[in-house]
Amino acid sequence: MHNFDFVKPSSVADAVRALSAQGAQALSGGQTLLPTMKQRLAAPAVLVSLTGIADTKGVRLDKGALSVGGATAHAVVAKEARKHYPALADLAGGIGDPAVRSRGTIGGSLANNDPSACYPAAVLASGATILTDRRSIAADDFFQGMFTTALHDGEIITGVVFPIPEKAAYVKFNQPASRFALTGVFVAKYGSGVRVAVTGASANGVFRWTEAERALSASFTPAAIAGLSLPSDGMIADLHGSAAYRANLARVLTGRGVASAH
Amino acid sequence: MTNVTMTVNGKAVSGDVEGRTLLSSFLREGLGLTGTHVGCDTSQCGACVVHVDGKPVKSCTVFALDVAGAAVKTIEGMANADGSLGVIQQAFQDHHGLQCGFCTPGMVMSAAALLADNPKPTESEVRHYLEGNICRCTGYHNIVKAVLAASGQDVAAVAAE
Ligand SMILES: Cc1cc2nc3c(=O)[nH]c(=O)nc-3n(C[C@H](O)[C@H](O)[C@H](O)COP(=O)(O)OP(=O)(O)OC[C@H]3O[C@@H](n4cnc5c(N)ncnc54)[C@H](O)[C@@H]3O)c2cc1C
Ligand code: FES
Ligand code: FES
Repeated sequence: MHNFDFVKPSSVADAVRALSAQGAQALSGGQTLLPTMKQRLAAPAVLVSLTGIADTKGVRLDKGALSVGGATAHAVVAKEARKHYPALADLAGGIGDPAVRSRGTIGGSLANNDPSACYPAAVLASGATILTDRRSIAADDFFQGMFTTALHDGEIITGVVFPIPEKAAYVKFNQPASRFALTGVFVAKYGSGVRVAVTGASANGVFRWTEAERALSASFTPAAIAGLSLPSDGMIADLHGSAAYRANLARVLTGRGVASAH
Repeated sequence: MTNVTMTVNGKAVSGDVEGRTLLSSFLREGLGLTGTHVGCDTSQCGACVVHVDGKPVKSCTVFALDVAGAAVKTIEGMANADGSLGVIQQAFQDHHGLQCGFCTPGMVMSAAALLADNPKPTESEVRHYLEGNICRCTGYHNIVKAVLAASGQDVAAVAAE
C-alpha cells in the first residue's frame, strides 16, 4: 500500500477542512477502504479518520424516528436499535462477521454503495434521510448506481434518520464466501404504504420494487406478490447466480420478508 | 514516521509507525508479538483477530495510528499470570481444537469476545459467531466443542465425534 499522512480530527468541521486537501479521503471503519488500498485501487495522499468525532456516533430516538450517527459501528446498531427498529438491528447484526461489525460503520457502507451491501436496502426501504456536513439527502435521491451516490467530493455523512415502520424485515440470502448479500430484500410497512428495496440483484445497485410496493400496500400478505415477477434485464450475473436466478430470488425473499415482518 | 502509544496486554507501549502501518504489523514487527497471525491480509480469514477496547477486530484491517491510545489484547495476553494456558486455550488443547495452529490465535480471541458477551452460547451461536474465522484443518467441530467447554458447558452431547 502507498503511504499517506494520517489525521484524526475530533470535529466534523475539522474533518471537512482536512478533506479539502489535495488527495484527501475519508476513513471510517476501514473494512472496505483498507482492502481497497492494499490492492492499490485507492491511494489517498491524506487519510482523514472520522472515528474520533464523538457526535457522529450512537443511536437515539428523535421525534419518533431513529437517528444513527454516521460513524456508528454495525455492532452498536445491532445492539442499540433492537428495541426501536428490530429489522434494522437484524440487518446490522448480519453484516459480515463480528470483527467486521466492530469496525465497519453505516456512513462508510452508504458512501461506498456496494451493489451487494446491506444498509442501502434499509435506508431506501425506510425512506430514510441521509445527513451530511452540509445538507440532508432523501434516500430516493442518494443512491445513483453501483458505487455511486449523491455525495460531493469531501462531503461527510454525519448521520441517517430512519422513520420507524409498523413492521419490517430484512431477508438476506448470503453469498457464503464474501458474506455479502447474493440478494437481499428489505420490506417496510408504514401507515402511508409499503416500501420494498432490493440489494445484491441489480447491476445498478439497490432499487425499489414499486410493483410489489403497490400490491403489498393493498394487501400485506405473501400471496399479494406471488403472481408478480421482476424482469431479469440489468440483473447481476456471475458465477454465484444468473440474472434470472437473482430476479427470482428477489421475489422469493420479498415474500419471506412479508411473512416474517415484525 | 509518527510515534504511536497504546496499551497492549496491560502494558503501555509506543513505537514509530507510518500512516500505512497496520496494527498487525505494529504488533508483530514493532513489538515482536508474533502470536497474532496474518493469514490472508485481505480481511477474510480472521487469523489476525485481536481485541481493541474489548471488541474483536481484524488487526490486518486497522491502521495502528487509528487505535492510538486504545487497550489492545492479543493472544499473548490470554495465558494465566503464571504462564499456564488460559481457560479457552486449555479447552482448545483438551478438545483438539487445533491441528496446524495457524488459525488458533484468531479463534481464541474471537471465542473470548463471544464468551465475554454471551457466557453460555449454544452450539449454533458459537458456529455463527466464528463465521469470520477460517480454519483449513479441523473442520471446526472440535473448535466449537472447545468453546462450549470453555464456557463451562457439557460437550458430551455435541454430535458427530
Ligand atoms: C469480510 C467482510 C464481510 C463483509 N460483509 C458485508 C455484508 O454482509 N454486508 C455489507 O453491507 N457489508 C459487508 N462488508 C462491508 C462492511 O460493511 C464495511 O464496513 C462497509 O461497507 C464500509 O464501511 P466502513 O466504515 O468500513 O468504511 P471505510 O472502509 O472506512 O470507507 C468506505 C468508503 O466510504 C468513504 N467514507 C467512509 N465514511 C464516510 C462518511 N462518513 N462520509 C463520506 N464518505 C465516507 C471512504 O472514503 C471510502 O471510500 C463486509 C466487509 C468485510 C471485510
Ligand atoms: S489476516 Fe487479517 S483477516 Fe486474514
Ligand atoms: S488448525 Fe490449521 S488452520 Fe485451523
